[in-house]
Amino acid sequence: MLLREVEYARPARVQEALRLLGANDGARALAGGQTLINVMKARAASPDVLVDLADIAELRGIELGSDGTLELGAMTTYTDIIDSAEARARPILGEVCNQIADVQVRNRGTIGGNVCSNDPTNHLPPLLVAIGATMTIVGQAGERSVPADEFFLGVYMTAAGPGELLTKISVPPGKSDGFASVPIGKDGTCIVNVAASLTNRTARLAIGCVDAVPVLLTPDSTEDAAVRKAVHDANLDPPWDVHASAEYRRHLAEVLALRAVAQAAERR
Amino acid sequence: MDPVSRKTITVDVNGERYERELDARRLLIHFIRDDLDLTGSHIGCDTGNCGACSVLVDGTLVKSCMMLAVQADGAKIETVEGLAADGELNGLQQAFSDHHALQCGYCTPGMLMSATALLRENKSPSEDEIRKGIQGNICRCTGYVNIVEAIRAAAQ
Ligand SMILES: Cc1cc2nc3c(=O)[nH]c(=O)nc-3n(C[C@H](O)[C@H](O)[C@H](O)COP(=O)(O)OP(=O)(O)OC[C@H]3O[C@@H](n4cnc5c(N)ncnc54)[C@H](O)[C@@H]3O)c2cc1C
Ligand code: FES
Ligand code: FES
Repeated sequence: MLLREVEYARPARVQEALRLLGANDGARALAGGQTLINVMKARAASPDVLVDLADIAELRGIELGSDGTLELGAMTTYTDIIDSAEARARPILGEVCNQIADVQVRNRGTIGGNVCSNDPTNHLPPLLVAIGATMTIVGQAGERSVPADEFFLGVYMTAAGPGELLTKISVPPGKSDGFASVPIGKDGTCIVNVAASLTNRTARLAIGCVDAVPVLLTPDSTEDAAVRKAVHDANLDPPWDVHASAEYRRHLAEVLALRAVAQAAERR
Repeated sequence: MDPVSRKTITVDVNGERYERELDARRLLIHFIRDDLDLTGSHIGCDTGNCGACSVLVDGTLVKSCMMLAVQADGAKIETVEGLAADGELNGLQQAFSDHHALQCGYCTPGMLMSATALLRENKSPSEDEIRKGIQGNICRCTGYVNIVEAIRAAAQ
C-alpha cells in the first residue's frame, strides 16, 4: 500500500524529538512501526511528520538497579527483553514478550510502542498494571512518573499525550507472577488475557481484552473463591466479535484469573 | 535534522551497494521490489500478518512491509536473491526442493529468510523451535509439515 505523503526525521536526542513533536500538531513518534505503519496504510491515522525514535540511545537499554528495580527504555524490543540477562530479574517479562506474535514482530516491536498504542488486546498493558510498573513521561513541561494503573486512559489513549514521549518503564522487584490467555492460534492476538502478581499479603490481577483499559482487581486473598468473587464483582461488560461472545469472554476472565493466580502462587 | 519528505539512502543489498533518492513514505518492500527490481520478496497481505515480505536488515529478520525504506538507510539487507551463490541453490534451498516444501511457492522467499535467521541462531533446532521460528510466515499450500522437515534436514 502506498502511504499518504509524510515527512520523516530521525533525531539522536530526546530533547530534539520533543522539539519536532511540539513543532507540528500532525507529528507522531515512530517506534517499531509494527502498529503505526499498518494504521497509516489503512489511513486510520495520517501523521504529517514521523519522528523516528530509533537513533535515540537514551531510550534503549535494560538496567537492573541495586534494589532490584528494572529500568527498561521505551525503545527496548521484545527480543531485547527475551534475550536480556538483566530482564530475567522479573522472569514474567521475557515469558510474556515471547508470546507476542512472531519473530519478526518481536524483533521490531517495542515495549514503549506496545503500551502507547494501548490496543486493548495487547499483552503488555495488563502485565505492567499487575506487576505495578511505573511509566516515565517527558514533555515540554518536564518529566513525570505515572503508575501503570493510571497510564491507560482509553482505547489507543494513554497518559503520554500529544507532543510527549514515554521514555522508560520501571518494574519493581518480584517473581510471584502469572500470565494466562486464550489467544487466536498459538501466540496470536488474545481473546482474553489475565496477569497476576502476588506479594506476601496482596494479590493484583489485571484483565485485558474486556474493556478499553486493563481492569485491575485486588481480591482479598488468593483462594479460588476470593478470586472468582473479585471477577464477578467487577461486573465486566466485555465486547463481542467473531472470535467470542461477551458471555464467553466473561467466562474466560474468571477461568484465566484462576490460572494466572495459580501460576503466580507456584512461584512464591 | 529537520523532517524531509524525500531522502537519499544508501543500502547494501546482498553485497551490492545501492544509492537511491526516494519518498519518505516508501515502504522497504516497495523499494526492494520496484526500485531495485528484486522481486523475490513478495507482498502477500500488506498488513504484517503473512511474512511473505520477510528480509534480514543488519542480520535481523523483519517484515519489510512494516518498515520505511528510509529507516533502512545505511543498513545491510539480505533477500532471497542472496541465498544462491553463483546460481547454485544453497543447502537450505536444496532441502526445500528435496522435501517438497513448496507448492505454489508464494510463501517460499519469506519462509527461506525466516529459516535462514533461525539456523544462524540455532544450529540444531527442535521441531517446536522450527515451528516457532516460522510462525510469522503463513503458507496456504503445504500444511507446513514438509517445510519443517526441510529446515530440519538443512540443519543436519
Ligand atoms: C501481525 C501482528 C501481530 C501482533 N500481535 C500482537 C499480540 O498478540 N500482542 C501484542 O501485544 N501486540 C501485538 N502486535 C502489536 C505489536 O506488538 C506492536 O509492536 C506494538 O503494538 C506497537 O509497538 P511498536 O514499537 O511497533 O510501536 P509503533 O507502531 O511504532 O507505535 C505505536 C503507537 O505508539 C506511539 N509511540 C510509540 N513509542 C512511543 C513513545 N516512546 N512515546 C510516545 N508514543 C509512542 C506511536 O506514536 C504510535 O501511535 C502485533 C502486530 C502485528 C503486526
Ligand atoms: S506482506 Fe508483509 S507480512 Fe504480509
Ligand atoms: S507454497 Fe503456496 S503458500 Fe506456501
